[in-house]
Amino acid sequence: MSAVMMTRKVRKWEKLPGKNTFCCDGRVMMARQKGVFYLTLFLIVGTCSLFFAFECPYLAIHLSPAIPVFAILLFFFVMAMLLRTSFSDPGVLPRALPEEATFIEMEIEATNGNVPAGQRPPPRIRNVQINGQIVKLKYCYTCKIFRPPRASHCSICDNCVDRFDHHCPWVGNCVGKRNYRYFYLFTLSLSLLTIYIFTFNIVHVVMRSVNSGFVKTLQDTPGTYPFMLVCFFTLWSVVGLTGFHTYLISLNQTTNEDIKGSWSGKNRVQNPYSHKNIINNCCEVLCGPAYPSVLDRRGLMRDDLSVPTSALSIVPGLCLQLESSYGAMFPLQKTTAPLIPNEHTPDDAKPSMADSAIAHAEKRSPSPREEKLPTLPKSSPTPTKVPPLASPETDAEASIIAKDKAL
Amino acid sequence: MFHNLQELRQSPSLATKVFIQRDYSEGTVCRFQIKFPSELGSRIERTLFEDTVKTLNTYYAEAEKVGGQSYMEGCLACATAYFIFLCMETRYEKVLKKISGYIQEQNEKIYAPRGLLLTDPVERGMRVIEVSVFEDRGSSGSSPSSNVSSGISQR
Repeated sequence: MSAVMMTRKVRKWEKLPGKNTFCCDGRVMMARQKGVFYLTLFLIVGTCSLFFAFECPYLAIHLSPAIPVFAILLFFFVMAMLLRTSFSDPGVLPRALPEEATFIEMEIEATNGNVPAGQRPPPRIRNVQINGQIVKLKYCYTCKIFRPPRASHCSICDNCVDRFDHHCPWVGNCVGKRNYRYFYLFTLSLSLLTIYIFTFNIVHVVMRSVNSGFVKTLQDTPGTYPFMLVCFFTLWSVVGLTGFHTYLISLNQTTNEDIKGSWSGKNRVQNPYSHKNIINNCCEVLCGPAYPSVLDRRGLMRDDLSVPTSALSIVPGLCLQLESSYGAMFPLQKTTAPLIPNEHTPDDAKPSMADSAIAHAEKRSPSPREEKLPTLPKSSPTPTKVPPLASPETDAEASIIAKDKAL
Repeated sequence: MFHNLQELRQSPSLATKVFIQRDYSEGTVCRFQIKFPSELGSRIERTLFEDTVKTLNTYYAEAEKVGGQSYMEGCLACATAYFIFLCMETRYEKVLKKISGYIQEQNEKIYAPRGLLLTDPVERGMRVIEVSVFEDRGSSGSSPSSNVSSGISQR
């Protein structure tokens, strides 16, 4: 049975594994659960709207017009930082392609040697020396890579993130290498905004009370008080969070490392990434280079669909149609290995086209977006001996990895 | 016409891929190991390959340098609430473009004539430098997907 290869161009974000949602044709990247993010937006926009509507007119006239102006600027800065944190790629590490995964597996096999039958293979750890400190790099079974130092796998987004700090539901995204400074500036500016609004709320109430008495003031401005309450409670949590992250930045630590106690000083382990100088640490985290995304969400790739000709014979004109619409776009050429492996690589495609067409027809799921990275087959058709990929169950590190994922 | 895709595979086919790993001895800065893999032993001179990796490391160090220029860029960007990144290219992106040009030049001049191909690390998440080794036209009967020998240099 012969097959016809239909090719269409898709953006790479449509084929990315992981549990992220994308908007604006790949420009925006967030986690799946966005409910708490909408709440954050509502609280910030709601509180500020009430402040501008009820307090600013009085304060602008009786005190200074600079007060609302500064509040507006601060509000825009907070929103810009929030949206930047929520919508940007936190530093996701793309998963290993099959060849890289196989290469790593073979290295692991070579290192471990022959494991006697019945015994568990040793945990998949690579030791690296960083600034005189031994750091263990763990193997990620989902992404099939040894995680770089400070990277961690987020189970909510199902991605390995570089310099993983934490997954923040309030911003609806992970906080990692690329968006940590925006997150910090968001909490800092939000603290300032909350303190600012709360202070001028009190000033406003005091000024009115001096003029017309406290009880009359309460009656005149009923709308402010619920949101003053919100401000009061938000203040403590946001200011506390900003203080905590300031502490982490001064020590060049991530929330993840702090929770796990990686550099707590037990067994004389020290933080190898710290410059031992608060100013240098702050400068590196806040004024370091702006790292680009390695995901290339908006890049184009070819999505090869193999349609058996028996299906096409149902619509005789379809062949001609396909040729006219796709033939011009994609002149027939040697198929190169796609960058995201939802297809067979050239090596695997060596068996006949018919076999691959059948395999494709069987494997193809109805919604391409849900397609996950196919695992390497246990027995490869090529002469290369591919060792069966170990799963977490067969590995002693499994419990620690499960704990990692939970965190 | 669509059935004859196989006949278009007249160019040399892929024999194997070698991956140069990251060197973390100096922390999380982007740096690749300058270790010559044994699979490339017969295909390219050691010095040529090591020079390529060293030059790439220099480029990455330049991109990630925390100094005067990165402070200026950071402060200016912060003052504009990072809107300036919508119209301006960051220093890192400029260096990545230079690296891309360098890799293309190296492929054209040095690697392609030897049946090798370097892949830009940014396409592999900055984790590895992928070196594709194509079948040597001179040799005959070599298996297209040869075993990666146990001569893989250990870290």
